[in-house]
Amino acid sequence: MSDYQYDNETVKGFIISSIFWGVVGILVGLWISIQMWAPSWNIPPYFTFGRLRVVHTNGLAFGLGIGAIFGICYYITMRLTKRPLLFPKLARFHLYLFNAAIALAALSLFAGMNQSLEYAELEWPLDVGVVILWVIFAVNIFGTIIKRKEEQMYISLWFIIATVITVAVLYIVNNLSIPAGLFKSYHLFAGVNSANVEWWYGHNAVGFIFTTPILAMFYYFLPKSTGIPIYSHRLSIIAFWSLVFAYLWTGAHHLIYTPLPDWIQTLAIVFTIFLIAPSWGSVVNGFYTVGTDWSKMQTNYLTKFFILGITFYGLQTIQGPTQGLRVVSQLIHYTDWVPGHVHMGTMGWVTMTVAASIYYIIPRIYDTEIYSEKIANTHFYLVLIGQLIFSITMWITGIQQGALWKAVNPDGSLKYTFMETLVRNYPFWKMRTVGGVIFTIGMLFFIYNIFMTIRKGKSLAAAKA
Amino acid sequence: MTGEIYRKPVMFAIVATVVILIGTAITMFIPMLTPQMHPRLENLKPFTALQLAGRDIYQREGCNNCHTQTVRPLKTEVMRYGEYSKAGEFAYDHPFLWGSKRTGPDLARVGGKYPDAWHYRHFENPQAFFAESNMPVYEWLKDNKLDPAKIEAHMKALGFPYIPEDIELLKDKTELDALVSYVQVIGASVTKKAVPMATPAVTEKEHISNPFAGDPKAIAAGKNIFAKNCAVCHGENAQGDIGPNLTDKAFLYAEGDVPDDDYFEIINNGTTPGMIEEGRTAKGGMIPFKDTLSKDEIWSVVAYIRSIQGK
Repeated sequence: MSDYQYDNETVKGFIISSIFWGVVGILVGLWISIQMWAPSWNIPPYFTFGRLRVVHTNGLAFGLGIGAIFGICYYITMRLTKRPLLFPKLARFHLYLFNAAIALAALSLFAGMNQSLEYAELEWPLDVGVVILWVIFAVNIFGTIIKRKEEQMYISLWFIIATVITVAVLYIVNNLSIPAGLFKSYHLFAGVNSANVEWWYGHNAVGFIFTTPILAMFYYFLPKSTGIPIYSHRLSIIAFWSLVFAYLWTGAHHLIYTPLPDWIQTLAIVFTIFLIAPSWGSVVNGFYTVGTDWSKMQTNYLTKFFILGITFYGLQTIQGPTQGLRVVSQLIHYTDWVPGHVHMGTMGWVTMTVAASIYYIIPRIYDTEIYSEKIANTHFYLVLIGQLIFSITMWITGIQQGALWKAVNPDGSLKYTFMETLVRNYPFWKMRTVGGVIFTIGMLFFIYNIFMTIRKGKSLAAAKA
Repeated sequence: MTGEIYRKPVMFAIVATVVILIGTAITMFIPMLTPQMHPRLENLKPFTALQLAGRDIYQREGCNNCHTQTVRPLKTEVMRYGEYSKAGEFAYDHPFLWGSKRTGPDLARVGGKYPDAWHYRHFENPQAFFAESNMPVYEWLKDNKLDPAKIEAHMKALGFPYIPEDIELLKDKTELDALVSYVQVIGASVTKKAVPMATPAVTEKEHISNPFAGDPKAIAAGKNIFAKNCAVCHGENAQGDIGPNLTDKAFLYAEGDVPDDDYFEIINNGTTPGMIEEGRTAKGGMIPFKDTLSKDEIWSVVAYIRSIQGK
């Protein structure tokens, strides 16, 4: 044992908070999935689809995603630097401020305070709060790394550093706005320029919230869980630098066929295709790591979470670039295909990897074993099935929508009215809700398992004392 | 030497920052400094106070979560919505509201497409127009009065021109008034072109008679279609409401009988104010149904209207 204490309380606090906000976000997600086919589930003014959808996306990206990232990055950083956090009290304040900010954020979105920038909906006072949160995080992470006790920085730390820097740049620039009151502001940028800034932000928020920190977890917890070192250090170097370089060029693939200058769109498409390489660098590294001993899939219950997670990441990073191509974009853009794509990443890759990381962390913090591997396995299969139902139904109905919008009669006139194309989504939207319910039940198994592990750990500690 | 950077966090952070800023500069920052990112159409006007208030509500209610505001330059998309979007249309859009999902239809060309009364009624009860629509009801916006002082502050923040009367005017308006006013100005800077049709619905030179004239089956079908699509404006028995009474033929300002294919034309293409058709000047306000109804359906409606006229 070392002569110092890791700050486990803050890590725990962030993990439990992120699980709480995750439940809120998932339940709102279920609610809006029902509103899609049953408009009577809209309860104006606070609970209409237009307001709830942003509570769903922000609740999960910032509440579950960023909350888990804060907690787990603190956990990883302390262990990779072999020292406690440089400012443990600041980290504790960080936790309280985080929860206050997310609670206010949710309330403000219910109230309709919305900048109308996707994934940057929060109004300017909350943006200031988010920036403060991020600065606290950056100070603690950098301070701890600079004062580290282990000379070499492991792969996960590279991804954490890239996350800290890039999210700061993205968030500050895209949220520059003209305040017009305490709860209202207008984007500093207008029209095509506004669109270009927003999607430079929007796409890279995916890159540096749903990708790089999750890869940091993957590179840390996969070897930790399996006891197998990462297959290729050199491959991880190439994958890291090419990923963080190429990501920032690709935002405009969200704006294909819009009035944005063509050259920016084309450049974005080119770099989007290029991104397959660094993404698959990590995928291949993960597979080859476990490939040295596939029996780990059976003997260690966490291995399958990481392998399925990285598999969905691999599929995601093939599907995404394909969608960027003009010929594909014209068919599936603006349809339900896109939510299908996004949720494969968030429900398949992000949630799978974050849940596995939490399964690894919690028993170690409480100095015990996981409450039930059986429940963890049930959780695994339920979220897997739920996510597959979600994504596959949305891909089918997305292609259907795109095709119906384009369909013409022999005389050249449009074959379907908009309403006719809308109603054909309903059966798929209903199936999506079913998939969502299955996923939610899976997550409840996860939460129960974590809760019981904590209880077990606490009673063991009490018995010892 | 190459491994050195992984032992020097400050150096690592500096290199990483430079690496992420290259793509940022080339695709985002440098273009921002060039005129290509700041185009403005000649007849584009800043939003009025009422329109801006409506746009604020559009943002607040998250309309952009289900409606896009950009028509792509694709043939069928131009047929469905109208002229494709131009970069210069959005110079006053802080932020852009192009959206990324079409749960509902695109709205880039919705301005002026329907009369105000249509929008009021549609916001109040979308399902009255489209029984299977999943749009939430926005009737409650009628109960909220605008706050002129707040809107004035918003106009000032954006530097849009206004006179005190514009602000004075707002105090009697509701949020629904503002929203309708905004919706009606979307896309107004782009000249409306007739939607390209592969073939004209009916020939102009000689009249085409209704293939279903007097057919009881078609009349029954037409009645059904009328109830779903037309009654909301013309009344359940076509006695008139937002739209004119259809049973007395007066709405056509016609001397003598009007041929079936003129009915077809009007239902198919709608009318714009001042449009002259065979010597008659239209008041405008009729919505085109060519995207909603098939030719056979339109002829059935014509047969139904004929069957109730003069009764």
